[in-house]
Amino acid sequence: MRNGSSCQGGFETSRKRISKVSSFDIALIRTAVWQAVKKLDLHEQKENIVMLLVELGSIITTIIFFLSLVHIESGSPLFIGLVSFWLWITVLFANFAEAISEGRGKARASSLRESKEIIEAYKISEPKPDAKGILVASRDLTPGDMVLVRTGETIPADGEVVCGAALVNEAAITGESAPVIRESGGDRSAVTGGTLVTANEIVVRITSQSGESVLDQMIAMVEGAKRRKTPNEIALNILLVSLTLLFLIVVITLQPVSSYSSTASGMGSTLPVTVLIALFVCLAPTTIAALLPAIGIAGMDKLFRRNVIALSGRAIESAGDVNVLLLDKTGTITYGDRQAVSFIPVDGVKTEDLINAAICASYADETPEGRSIITLAEKIMPCELPELNEAKFIPFSAHTRSSGARRGDTYWVKGAPDAIIHEVSSKGGIIPPDLDRKVTVIATSGGTPIVVCLNNSILGVIHLKDVLKTGIRERFVDLRRIGIKTIMITGDNAQTAAAIAAEAGVDDYLAGAKPDDKLNLIRKYQAEGAMVAMTGDGTNDAPALAQADVAVAMNNGTQAAREAANIIDLDSDPTKLLDIVQIGKEILMTRGALTTFSIANDIAKYFAILPAALAGIYPGLAALNIMNLTSPDSAILSAVIFNAIVIPLLIPLAIRGVRYRAVPAGELFTSNLVIYGFGGILVPFIGIKIIDLIIAGVPL
Amino acid sequence: MNRYISYFRPVIYIVIFTLILGFVYPLIITMLSSVLFPVQSHGSLVFNSNGSVAGSKIIGINFTGPQYFVGRPSATNGGPYNASWSGGSNYGPTYLPLIAKIKDRTEFWRNLGIEGEIPSDLVMASGSGLDPDISLNAALLQVPLISKSRNISSVILESLVNVESNRQPAFFSGRYVNIFALNKALDNLSQEV
Amino acid sequence: MSPIDLSTDIIIIAFFMLLLTIVAYFFGRFLFSVFSGKISGTRTGIIERWIYRLTGTDPDNEQEWKEYGRDLLIFNLFGGIILFIILSIQGFLPLNPQEFGPVNPLIAINIVASFITNTNWQIYSGETVLSYLTQMSGLTVQNFLSAGTGICVAIAVMRGFTRKDTKKIGNFWVDLTRTVLYVLLPLAIIGAILLISQGVIQNFDPYIHTTGYGTAPGQILPMGPVASQESIKEIGTNGGGFFNANSAHPYENPTPFSNFLEIFLILLIPSSLPFAFGFFLQKPRQGFSLYIVMALLFLLAFSTLYGFEYLGNPAFKDMGITGIPMEGKEVRFGLLGSALFSTASTATSSGAVNTMYDSLTPLAGMVPMILILLGEVVFGGVGSGFYTMIGFVIIAVFIAGLMIGRTPEYLGKKISVFEMKMAIVTILTSGVLVLILTALALIIPGGKLAMHETGAHGFSELLYAFASMANNNGSAFAGFDGTQFFYIISGSLVMLLGRFIPILAILALSGSVAGKKTLQSGPGTLPTDSLSFIIWIILVILIIGILTFFPFLAMGPVAEWFIMSGGI
Repeated sequence: MRNGSSCQGGFETSRKRISKVSSFDIALIRTAVWQAVKKLDLHEQKENIVMLLVELGSIITTIIFFLSLVHIESGSPLFIGLVSFWLWITVLFANFAEAISEGRGKARASSLRESKEIIEAYKISEPKPDAKGILVASRDLTPGDMVLVRTGETIPADGEVVCGAALVNEAAITGESAPVIRESGGDRSAVTGGTLVTANEIVVRITSQSGESVLDQMIAMVEGAKRRKTPNEIALNILLVSLTLLFLIVVITLQPVSSYSSTASGMGSTLPVTVLIALFVCLAPTTIAALLPAIGIAGMDKLFRRNVIALSGRAIESAGDVNVLLLDKTGTITYGDRQAVSFIPVDGVKTEDLINAAICASYADETPEGRSIITLAEKIMPCELPELNEAKFIPFSAHTRSSGARRGDTYWVKGAPDAIIHEVSSKGGIIPPDLDRKVTVIATSGGTPIVVCLNNSILGVIHLKDVLKTGIRERFVDLRRIGIKTIMITGDNAQTAAAIAAEAGVDDYLAGAKPDDKLNLIRKYQAEGAMVAMTGDGTNDAPALAQADVAVAMNNGTQAAREAANIIDLDSDPTKLLDIVQIGKEILMTRGALTTFSIANDIAKYFAILPAALAGIYPGLAALNIMNLTSPDSAILSAVIFNAIVIPLLIPLAIRGVRYRAVPAGELFTSNLVIYGFGGILVPFIGIKIIDLIIAGVPL
Repeated sequence: MNRYISYFRPVIYIVIFTLILGFVYPLIITMLSSVLFPVQSHGSLVFNSNGSVAGSKIIGINFTGPQYFVGRPSATNGGPYNASWSGGSNYGPTYLPLIAKIKDRTEFWRNLGIEGEIPSDLVMASGSGLDPDISLNAALLQVPLISKSRNISSVILESLVNVESNRQPAFFSGRYVNIFALNKALDNLSQEV
Repeated sequence: MSPIDLSTDIIIIAFFMLLLTIVAYFFGRFLFSVFSGKISGTRTGIIERWIYRLTGTDPDNEQEWKEYGRDLLIFNLFGGIILFIILSIQGFLPLNPQEFGPVNPLIAINIVASFITNTNWQIYSGETVLSYLTQMSGLTVQNFLSAGTGICVAIAVMRGFTRKDTKKIGNFWVDLTRTVLYVLLPLAIIGAILLISQGVIQNFDPYIHTTGYGTAPGQILPMGPVASQESIKEIGTNGGGFFNANSAHPYENPTPFSNFLEIFLILLIPSSLPFAFGFFLQKPRQGFSLYIVMALLFLLAFSTLYGFEYLGNPAFKDMGITGIPMEGKEVRFGLLGSALFSTASTATSSGAVNTMYDSLTPLAGMVPMILILLGEVVFGGVGSGFYTMIGFVIIAVFIAGLMIGRTPEYLGKKISVFEMKMAIVTILTSGVLVLILTALALIIPGGKLAMHETGAHGFSELLYAFASMANNNGSAFAGFDGTQFFYIISGSLVMLLGRFIPILAILALSGSVAGKKTLQSGPGTLPTDSLSFIIWIILVILIIGILTFFPFLAMGPVAEWFIMSGGI
């Protein structure tokens, strides 16, 4: 356990949010409305071809509207005007959807930016606290530069501590106010620009270029400025644009066909351009095209609220595809420290005596293991604490592999079985015959046996055990159900590892793991066609992180680990990986669901518009008006209005995302197919009918 | 040499396949069939007593009444039952000239004294224009007319029609008769009577 | 007509589908062993090896998709040139008892485009224009080779999904040779003999002048090597008839049994390919579910066609006419034999007809049209049906994959930007061609003259013509006259583009997935062999088809149906 305090969070979601931004803040909405209008600029729309075409359609109908006012174009100006109005509304709604999610990102970014003022740094030439240096602006620092940061100063840029140790307050990026230790060497050497040194001084070697620090990346990601489209998004976009162009061809070719048909039947007329454009806009997948940017930005935002920074959108989406998860045992599956669970005296010794001896041996032991022995003892034998005032603590040493206490001639020692046995037998003590069996039982069950002796006689064994994190078993059950294989990585021996693996319910384990083993394991699974995710924090983990498809680095990890990863967890909570998987899936699901919904909607729109448009040519086609809409004009208008208002109605869904449930893919697919597929066919029939009734009720 | 071949590979393949598929295959089929099915492969021809070809058993010919059972209307180019240019009318279901034509044909039968429902095959042209068959009902419908003109009892004629229709496999459709075979049988019957 | 016995018809259909499924399963298995080279090494493989030696083909030298596609195009180009030459010089060649002169070059170009693309759209009437030699060594050969080309592509696509981390998808020449020698030729021989037993002709006699009988005048009976072409015409889903009346002609399709056999032959290879795919993947269920998708759509289409013809035309009922509308149908096939043949022929890219679609009642006539417009994936053309279906599956998998929160994958292959593009090109090319050219035909001067009728039905004729050409079907609402310059040229282009653009796109897709790694499947992967997914593919196919063509269909068959029902 490298950083007990920040990992204890377990499964509660992160405690503090960097900034609270509600989706329907009034100020935010006001900004979004203004942005929506500003985005009418056609240059702004060139990223979104579907909406660009819709806007061009609006422009054309508006021109026709004005021409119809002065009778250059035939047709009812009221109808053309209303259609144009609603087409503009459609575009504005789409812009609004994008603006509101961007707005939320921007609000977060600006709160981040506050901690990123330009600060002065004391640049020194060699990594010694007393070296001579000069003051430079933080933006002028380049990788490799060395700076000295003293108490109360802000660390100017991302870097690595090369000398000294200090308490650092990282609240600016993690929201965690308790300071953490950052020291040179080891796995706690990385520091982040913008964080504050609260005690001591350190020399930091800068590792990132100005503008590329973690903070900068965070700002860019939440603002959506640097949001590159993921392959999934591009592929979906291709599908949507292709369908849109197809529908464009449909309505363009419809013109000569309707012209021919009306001539041939001697009734009706060629379809007016307004109707064709209305049909086009209704058919084009405007719903999903309008909400697509919002879904992506909202996904980033969701991660961000859990204090996770994805360095690319692709990383999050890959998380949804993961089917093998490598998890470190310590800190992820179990709490970092082992705890005492029982006292087992050897034959002929009373439990009370063993407990007394154990308490004495652990009295001054401040390690979590030692504390847990006292806690357990107090639980079993309350208020009988032995007198230990004059005792002297025998600290743990690597040589004896034991620790304890001594008072006069009496001493209590506890330690690894072989060490104690060696010690006792070398002093001529007797080894109880049942000791070996009792030690073995504990070891086989995955626990750690600690032998306790009083002077030279062995009293019994304490059973120390890795304790699983609360709820972890259930989580693995969920993972297995959705087809994700979990693999526990541990340095323990195979026996211990197997026992814990069985208890936690992981699918597999890698015992006695050396850093290289992780890398090899990842390669092996990838060769079998798996997508592998892992978490890591040490420099040792960097190669494996770089190899993994989804690599989550702990923020308290080393710079090397953070650079090799594509996701950084600011809370340094390894179980967060599971949340990331879920969010990745939800982003994709929301896109898929809304695409299905959007396309399925078209059927009802055809049934609204086509009979209205074509019944003039072939009266029989009026029978296709199965919704029994009031008039041709109201039918077309209802479809257009439905098409527009469905966008804002779905913004909350786009931002919240379609909920992911941990069920097999087949089940999930069936239920989403029913909801968004069949629902998508049905809902517009009802919606259009209602709008039509309202229109019919309004005297025009 | 190899390079030379690879440039011409497509041509060599075309030549080989044309030989196999365009000559060897049809010739083998032709030879096999003339041994196995000499009658069928040469058109299921029906010969006159003088050895000349009267027609084909399976190609419809244009009988006219009331001496003979009449076949289906034919819409082939260059007059009905033109075997050298097969085809149907290709008139759509709402095409007024088609409706009119069918009305005329219906009238034709009505004028001959046919009452009741008229089977559709008797007033609508076939797809090939060479349909050799008519439905059982369409044949039975004509029995009174034949009976009158040939002076043969309806009962005998009806049984003749039934016998002929039993020769035809009809798992896809209702029962039907081959008009050429029926009319030949009719002539034979007349000679016997 | 005798009344139709619905229950008998249902039993026949059930029997037919059962038989088809069983035979397709085993034939699919056979196809798999053929294309994995199991026959080549045996004694039977001697001709194959002999061909390789003659052409300098190294059967172990596999090709990347670009080479595969290039060889395919070159081969088809040469095939087309040879056919064009034969058409142009048939007057000087033997086996021309009717002494037909050279075919008009413009018509010849159209015939070439039509036959190398497996369309077999016929703007000529066989018995009045073509010599026996042209029919057998020109058209029959292309009947084989265009079908072979389609099968090769399908097989290459199957290989792409089976492989990983390679760019090679097989060798075109090897696939073609195996298709011809082990699949098409044996089937064609068996089919031809069976057809001849029923009365299909096979000879080189000159046309026979008959005397007639009784009151019936004499005729000129055309002759020729019909059976050898008829059988490959059905097996290869070519559909180009020896005679103008195609499979309605008694010399092409004389009895109910020959009709049954022809329907079966049309469907045999297309319905076996999904099974073969399953065997290639070693996941038979995957292949079977594609078969189920096709079979369900087939039954849906058949019932619709059958049902609307059964309802008939009210105009005739009023005249006291009984029975189904027989205009354009043959008595020996009845409603069932006509409807089943029509569904089979347009569900595949066959386009052979034993019924004149132009005369079907409007909504029944819309069924063949829709089957074609959907891209002929309901079994589809030999090969082309399968690979177009894969295009649809990719789209379906993509959206479905997103819906379960994973980067979409099919059979362990991730569907990325490139696959998406190629799948879209595969499925949308023909639809776009149909839309644009149909509209164009109405704009250009004189374009409307090709329509035999006016109004809704005339429009149906026009729409059907381009649908049929762009999807390489070849059937027609035959009142339509495609002999105008505009239609000959645009038709030829549409046939070529509608054939080769999707072929290249799907080959590229195959090459791309072959190069990817194959991901594991598990409970987290979308089950592409589940009932939900089968329904989903059907929905995707129908929705894309409906969305593209609803307005056109509304102004064609649908409008005409309302006119017909409203009384005329």
